[in-house]
Amino acid sequence: MDLRFTPEQDRFRAEARGWLEANAPSASKGTGPLPSLDTAAGFEAHRAWERTMFEAGWSVVSWPVEYGGRGAGLWEWLIFEEEYYRAGAPTRVGQNGIFLLAPTLFEFGTAEQRARYLLPMASGEEVWCQGWSEPDAGSDLAAIRSRATRSPAQSDTWVLNGQKTWCSRGAFAHWIFGLFRSDPVAERHRGLTYFLVPMNSPGVTVRPIAQLDGETGFAEVFFEDVEVPAAQVLGQVGEGWRVAMATAGSERGLSLRSPARYTEAAARLVELYRRTARADGDRDRGRAVRCADNVARAVIDAEAYRLHTYWTATRLVAGAGVGPEASMNKLFWSETDLLVHTTALALLGSEAEMLDQEGRPSPWLDGFLFALAGPIYAGTNEIQRNVVAERVLGLPRG
Amino acid sequence: MQFGFDEHQLEFRAQLRAFAEKECPPGALREAWASPLGWSRPRYEALAEMGVVGLTVPEEHGGMGLGLVDLVGLLEEAGRAGLPEPLVETTALGVPVLVQAPGAQGEVLRARWLEAVATGAAAIAVGTASMPAVPGAQGADLLLLEREGELHAVPAAGVVLTPRPVLDGSRRLAKVDWEPSPATLVVSGFEAEGFVTALEDRAAMGTGAVLVGVADRLISMAALYAGQRSQFGKPIGSFQAVKHHLVNALVRVEFARPVVYRAAWSLSEGDPDARLHASMAKAMASEAATVAARTALQVHGAIGYTWEHDLHLWMKRAWALAAAWGDAAAHRARVLEILVGRRA
Repeated sequence: MDLRFTPEQDRFRAEARGWLEANAPSASKGTGPLPSLDTAAGFEAHRAWERTMFEAGWSVVSWPVEYGGRGAGLWEWLIFEEEYYRAGAPTRVGQNGIFLLAPTLFEFGTAEQRARYLLPMASGEEVWCQGWSEPDAGSDLAAIRSRATRSPAQSDTWVLNGQKTWCSRGAFAHWIFGLFRSDPVAERHRGLTYFLVPMNSPGVTVRPIAQLDGETGFAEVFFEDVEVPAAQVLGQVGEGWRVAMATAGSERGLSLRSPARYTEAAARLVELYRRTARADGDRDRGRAVRCADNVARAVIDAEAYRLHTYWTATRLVAGAGVGPEASMNKLFWSETDLLVHTTALALLGSEAEMLDQEGRPSPWLDGFLFALAGPIYAGTNEIQRNVVAERVLGLPRG
Repeated sequence: MQFGFDEHQLEFRAQLRAFAEKECPPGALREAWASPLGWSRPRYEALAEMGVVGLTVPEEHGGMGLGLVDLVGLLEEAGRAGLPEPLVETTALGVPVLVQAPGAQGEVLRARWLEAVATGAAAIAVGTASMPAVPGAQGADLLLLEREGELHAVPAAGVVLTPRPVLDGSRRLAKVDWEPSPATLVVSGFEAEGFVTALEDRAAMGTGAVLVGVADRLISMAALYAGQRSQFGKPIGSFQAVKHHLVNALVRVEFARPVVYRAAWSLSEGDPDARLHASMAKAMASEAATVAARTALQVHGAIGYTWEHDLHLWMKRAWALAAAWGDAAAHRARVLEILVGRRA
């Protein structure tokens, strides 16, 4: 056991920190924060930031050099994430592609597919959204009904029909990756195929949906006789469930949720606690005292998540895989995120509900609204608990 | 960065698990409850023979010469098995005090006690000034006792014990009456403060490790029972209400574990944040064990509420150790105090 980073890793951290300090949009430099990425202007500003990172080689540090990365290891990726959140850099507009689709492309994609999709994904030129949920298929994802049929005219073309919903970034994204039922008679997990579809294809209609904060963070996407070449099937026909579950593991586990997000938020929570405890004009002097235990809980949980990630990363670097424990990760980070933000709002007291002059929530309120989604997306926490109960504790299926 | 145990550490741990399964089944635990000491001398000697008791004793005194990172997984196994022998007190707390004791007194203490610990002939108990009664005092051959800014090493012959019965029948607490003398003095003043602080931190980490093992055992017992017990024509473990209770407890344990391991590393490396890390460990472990105990009882239902069922052997250990050396809330308060003080 050795919980120190190597001198090379320390140098990597210093380089990342230096570059982010010099380049990340920030209020002090007058370049940030960027407008919300769920507005047309904010989306473009976030794409421009992705481009800046890509050109300096920081967009996808862990990818091979030929796809725009540095070929860095898992530890370097975690270090970069720590520095990224430390710098308060913008939310990654390309995260659905970079963190969810890319690992699947590396595992299941053909050489041609990797060559076609990864570079524009890394540069922010093409932003991806996810097309999994449907109006009648949420927690029960295998109930999806959107279908794929072979074109009667051209054998190497598929025709997609149906409806996807809750597609994050769907209002502005260029591409969607999604599951469609290609075999209506097969067992329901077996007749699915994973497709990559341009959002500007004829027959695709996007209806943005306003979220709790009033912005169109997700969308419904309708497919009406949308033609897709067979080259845009990811993995084998009928293997979509297995391919998709590989992506789901990424979403629940390591890749989307780096611990830096929580440790940084927890550090800011301690600052907020200190300010609240010292506030002279506070009419409610007991607030900090009442919140103290939850502040400590939030800080310790965030640290526990970081350490658990390091524990897992050590195993992954040694060649182990991620199993159903990814579902435990998801339960823990989503609840930690909520604890951090509900505690912050409690510390803010009557200021918590206030919006700024432009009608935008404060960072803590915004973070709270975002944290509320955590236990719902990427498979609800109730589904995750079932997965852990059955696959880790060995309890019988219901 | 290498956050895992090496082959030797894993192998030692597996050995201890096999030993405990054979030598300390629930029936043996019940015998310990009924015995005067609350634990078994022969089993303690067997643990010493394996190298567990003398793990932290330097090799020149007949020990393994290993550290807290080597010990932490063994303490977790001890908790899992419910081993009542005083490993935290002797191996994690007492031995390092003897190893670091300064001056001629240190030489005398090492010569007198370290080999005796390594062979299983001696057990140690520790009582700090804030403790109303000392755990394991009855079976201890040497007591390390704090009073008025001094740390003393007092042989069993020099103390008068008034037993204080407690709920967990494998714990023997006693009020200790004793007279400090120049012959018993180990350290005083600023130095004693450092010794006691380090003792508390090792106790938080070591007790946390035992608690993680206890919690793990409680959840395993409940999961096994939930798979066997049928109601409404199916195993109760197939109901989501039961599953979700158990998973919530499991998640607390799963995330407490690396925090405890990290505390062991920080303490053995002398990391400046070691006290912070030890408090994080105890806060997480106490909470995990408390949740696991509550959950395991609820999943078992009425059968878990009986004396006959083994569940209470671990449940009572969880309650006692969750409160010992500072409960979860006390350690959370310390964590916040350290963090707020640090950047002010």
